[in-house]
Amino acid sequence: MAGWTTVTDPILRQNPVTLQILGICSALAVTTTLAAALTMGAALTLVVVTAGAIISMIRAHLPSSIRLIVQIIIVASLVIVIDQFLQAFFYEMSQRLSVFVSLIATNCVVLGRTESFALHNRPLPAMADGLGNGLGYSLVLAIVGSVRELFGQGTLLGYAILPTVEQGGWYEPLSLMLLAPSAFFLLGGLVWAIRSWRREQIETPEYSLAPTRDAGT
Amino acid sequence: MADLNPFRLWRGLLALPNESRTKTLAIAFLVSAICAVMVTGATVMLRPIQAQNRALEQQARLEALLAEIPGLTQILAQSDDMTLSTVVVDLRRAEAAQDITPETLPGALADTANWTQLSPQQDIANLGSSANLKQIYLLRGPDEQVKLVILPLSGTGYGGPIEAMVAVADDMNTVAGLTVLSHGETPGLGARITEPAWRQRFSGKRIADDTGAVRLTVARGGGSSEFEVDAITGATRTSTAMANMLQFWLGPQGYGPLLQAIRRGEF
Repeated sequence: MAGWTTVTDPILRQNPVTLQILGICSALAVTTTLAAALTMGAALTLVVVTAGAIISMIRAHLPSSIRLIVQIIIVASLVIVIDQFLQAFFYEMSQRLSVFVSLIATNCVVLGRTESFALHNRPLPAMADGLGNGLGYSLVLAIVGSVRELFGQGTLLGYAILPTVEQGGWYEPLSLMLLAPSAFFLLGGLVWAIRSWRREQIETPEYSLAPTRDAGT
Repeated sequence: MADLNPFRLWRGLLALPNESRTKTLAIAFLVSAICAVMVTGATVMLRPIQAQNRALEQQARLEALLAEIPGLTQILAQSDDMTLSTVVVDLRRAEAAQDITPETLPGALADTANWTQLSPQQDIANLGSSANLKQIYLLRGPDEQVKLVILPLSGTGYGGPIEAMVAVADDMNTVAGLTVLSHGETPGLGARITEPAWRQRFSGKRIADDTGAVRLTVARGGGSSEFEVDAITGATRTSTAMANMLQFWLGPQGYGPLLQAIRRGEF
C-alpha cells in the first residue's frame, strides 16, 4: 500500500536524521534525558504533520516567489502555538526543553518535508509523510536519549536502572554522556551501524542531494 | 464598475495566475494575518495558565526551601504564631516600598525609574541593571521579630540566567538555605546546583565579616572556612556565577542595606 510506505519509509530506510543528516542540532541538544527527547519528538511530529497539511492545502495557490517565506511563517506560528501550549500544560518539561521547542521552526526536517513533499502532494499523503518523518526523527532522538540518560545518570525516564555511586550503588555516571559531544559520537555510531546493515544507504562520492532537498544543517 | 461581492472577489483572486503581483501580495497578507491571529490567540488565551504555573512553581520552591532549613519545621510545627508575609522592599532606601503591593509590583517594574544601571565594576553578577523594588518574604515570630528573610536572587550562569532564593537566618548574617528556581546549566554538571546535597552546604555559612564586607563565596577544593562552600567539580563557571550572584545581592548594591535595617529592628 502506497500510503503505508509513505509513513514507514522515513522511519528507517529514509530516516531524516541518519540518512539525510537533518535536524542534528536539536538531536544534540535535547537528548540528555529520554523524556525530553520524547517530548521534542512529539512536538516536532505534530508540527511537521500540521504544517504539511496546511501547506498541501494551499499549494495550488502559493506563488513560488514567496513560497519559502510562507512555509516558514506557517511552521514558525505552529511552533509558537505548541511552545505556548507546553508552557501552559507541561510546565516542567517546557522548562527543561527551554529554547529548543522554539527552534523547531529552524529544524531542516520540517522545512525539508514541506518543501519537497507537501508542496507537490495532497493533504493526506503530506500528513502521512510528515508523520513518518516525525516518527523517524523521534526514534533517533529516543535511541540517543535513552543511551545518554542511562549511562549519564543511570536512569531511564527518571527511574533508576543503574544504581549510581552517589546513591550508594556501584555505577559511576559518565559525565561525558551529558555533554553535546557524546550525542555526536552516538549519532555517528548509529549512522555507521545502520549503513553497515543497510549498505544501500552508503553514499557514493558522486552522490549529490536533489536540488529541492539540499537544505542541511 | 467595481464588483464588491466578496465571494466573487475571492474566486477572482484564486483564479489569478499564481505569479501575478496582486495574488502574491494577497496571499502574503492573508497568511500573515491568519498566523498572527493564531499566535496571538494562543498566547493571550494561555497566559493566565502560564502565570499560574510560574506562581505555583515559586510557591512550591518557597515551601521546599522552608522545609529544608534545619530546625525550622519544628519551630513552625510548635508555634502557630509564625507568620510568613510578602513584602515589596525598596533596596535603595532599605525600607518597605510605599504604596506598592506584590500585585502592583509588575506594573511598577515596567517603569525604568525603578531600575538602576550597574557599572561594570558593580555588575559582578552580569545583570546590566537591577530592580530597586524586590518582593521578599519575612517570617515573623510570636514577638513580631523577624526570624527569617527569604530573598530572590538572579544572576548569569554558564548557560543563561539563574534565578534563586536565599534564606537568611535571624542574625541577618547566616545563610539558612538556598534554592534554585530556574537555570540553564549543563545537566549533570552545572545543573547540580539544584541538588539538595550541594545547596545544603550553604546552611550555616556566614555572609559578611565584622567589617561588613561580604565574604560568602564558592571556593574550589575549599569549603573549609565559615564563609566558603565547596565548588562543583567540572562546573567552575556555574560555581563562580553562584558566588558572584550571592556576593552581588547580599552586598551594598543588593540587599546589604536592607539586612542591616532588619538587624537594627526597623522591620
